[in-house]
Amino acid sequence: MKKLSIKQHTRTDFLTYLGVIIAFAVMSFLSSNGSLSRSLTGQLVPICCYMSMAVSLNLTVGILGELSLGHAGFMSVGAFSGVVAAMSLQTVIPSAPLRLAAAMVIGAAAAAIAGIIVGTPVLRLRGDYLAIVTLAFGEIIKDLINCLLVGYDANGLHVAFNLTGSKTVADLGMQEGGIAIIKGAQGATGTTIISSFTAGFLLVMVTLFVVLNLKHSRAGRAIMALRDNAIAAESVGINLTKYKMMAFVTSAALAGAAGALYGLNFSSLQATKFNFNTSILILVFVVLGGLGNLWGSLIAAAALTVLPELLRAFSDYRMLVYAIVLILVMLATNNPTLKTFFSRFKPRKHVRKEAV
Amino acid sequence: MEFLSYLISGISLGSVYAIIALGYTMVYGIAKMLNFAHGDVIMVGGYISFCAVSYLGLPGWLALILAMAVCTVLGIVIEGLAYKPLRSAPSLAVLITAIGVSYFLQNTALLIWKAAPKVYPSLIPATNAQGEVNALQLFHGQLSISYISLLTMASCVVIMIALTLFTGKTKMGKAMRACSEDKGAAQLMGINVNATISTTFAIGSALAAVAGVLLCSSYPTLQPTTGSMPGIKAFTAAVFGGIGSIPGAFLGGLLLGIIEALAKAYISTNLANTIVFAVLIIVLLVKPAGLLGKYVPEKV
Repeated sequence: MKKLSIKQHTRTDFLTYLGVIIAFAVMSFLSSNGSLSRSLTGQLVPICCYMSMAVSLNLTVGILGELSLGHAGFMSVGAFSGVVAAMSLQTVIPSAPLRLAAAMVIGAAAAAIAGIIVGTPVLRLRGDYLAIVTLAFGEIIKDLINCLLVGYDANGLHVAFNLTGSKTVADLGMQEGGIAIIKGAQGATGTTIISSFTAGFLLVMVTLFVVLNLKHSRAGRAIMALRDNAIAAESVGINLTKYKMMAFVTSAALAGAAGALYGLNFSSLQATKFNFNTSILILVFVVLGGLGNLWGSLIAAAALTVLPELLRAFSDYRMLVYAIVLILVMLATNNPTLKTFFSRFKPRKHVRKEAV
Repeated sequence: MEFLSYLISGISLGSVYAIIALGYTMVYGIAKMLNFAHGDVIMVGGYISFCAVSYLGLPGWLALILAMAVCTVLGIVIEGLAYKPLRSAPSLAVLITAIGVSYFLQNTALLIWKAAPKVYPSLIPATNAQGEVNALQLFHGQLSISYISLLTMASCVVIMIALTLFTGKTKMGKAMRACSEDKGAAQLMGINVNATISTTFAIGSALAAVAGVLLCSSYPTLQPTTGSMPGIKAFTAAVFGGIGSIPGAFLGGLLLGIIEALAKAYISTNLANTIVFAVLIIVLLVKPAGLLGKYVPEKV
């Protein structure tokens, strides 16, 4: 029995990796062929970022079992630190893919630090209180970045904090030839775009690899035990703070890497992009894909990012249709009456659910 | 004097937050769900009263009643169509549905009223027909409190007292408290749980309409996203005071408004929200169930 269950999850993981690889191959073939619409080609890198965000949020919400409403905050930290890194390393690392990799690592590290700062107080709270504090941190991060001025010249980085709204890039005191990277509320403008679909694909693979391996490791089992019953888990000697922090910080770091890639995909980026609505958007991917179900998150992220594009025929009505689709899907998957009705068409799935 | 006028504008803003937070907290207390669509009901209330005044030429008080009626019906319909089928579903599923409803309301408003902000005709305009300022002058004109601020504060206190009496004295109010304690036991005692939850949504939405009218009277730009930030703030206020507690929502709303107004005046306009949220985080770390919330220890 035990052997069988292990086999099953290895097979699911393998199929998930395989699915991502096939999807990547097909999409890069199609885009090199020119048979993808332009708007869809432009969506390829953001879709990879959203996929990676969804998988990393699933680690917090699905596997750790804590509702986080501020995941976009970590993405924001990753994006802006990634942009700063990429812009200031231009002379040190001339090769664009290497610079992108370095920016993503730095973005992940910055987001991990933010994760530790946020996680220390947040993980002491429970349930909806935890959710509101993550929301609060998300908003705080957004506001702080909105006040940030960063420039780079021969002397290194110049950072100023625009508290009263009166400071401008000129106050950074840069030498001639210096570049302003983050300009307060204007955000990061004039960023050299160095992202690529291949980097996005690698990001999704690495994220999957980290989360899947964490999930099936000893630490992952401890995390899931805490989710299912924190008191029972603690009583058998599982360190609550340590494992919660482990999951939360890993999730934040992965979000930071995704953010760095996202930030380097646009020449102009504002902190307000990563607001509460973005956090919610990613949460929608996770819940729709299924809590703790990683390939579900991947599919939901891709489908829901493409959906508004596909709904272009409805023009003005597309976000309305999106909202209705969202409500109907939630009703169809969670209403007891509808659930039994649908399960009649899928006998196998029903049986498996019963077994669980 | 300057401090007093900032304090009063804070109390006025806080009163609006408190009215919204009361709706949030009642719905949370009884249905145990975070109703993210609540902020958008505020926006609908604002638009309905805007249309009533601008297109139908109704007086302000009638527009307010109309907005309350429409929002009450809207609240009951939303609850019946979107939340009632999910009564036994996990809370995250209900949360996402609420977000879906929120998108739906925002985009419907976008289609009907377009994105361009509307200038809201205030219930009490800043100046009257003779060009005199509609404000209470104190200390030989050094401190001026606009009538709309006074109206906002007064309505908040009236609503708060009315709700406390309603939940404490009436049969329906008692049913609500029973449902929020234990739905199963309440049902066994012959309480119609579904009807009670619908009533709660109706009251919460009517309050949202009042909040919408008062909010837009003080800050007269109306657009489809008008409700979202006050909604989040009010949600914060409800948690701040202890979610599920009516006096808590009142206190949380007022404090939040005051902190925001003072932070804007004395520290930084850009960081006012940051300070509000930072205070929330500190309060929750010291009192994990909010200021007036009950801490329920987990039983093994």
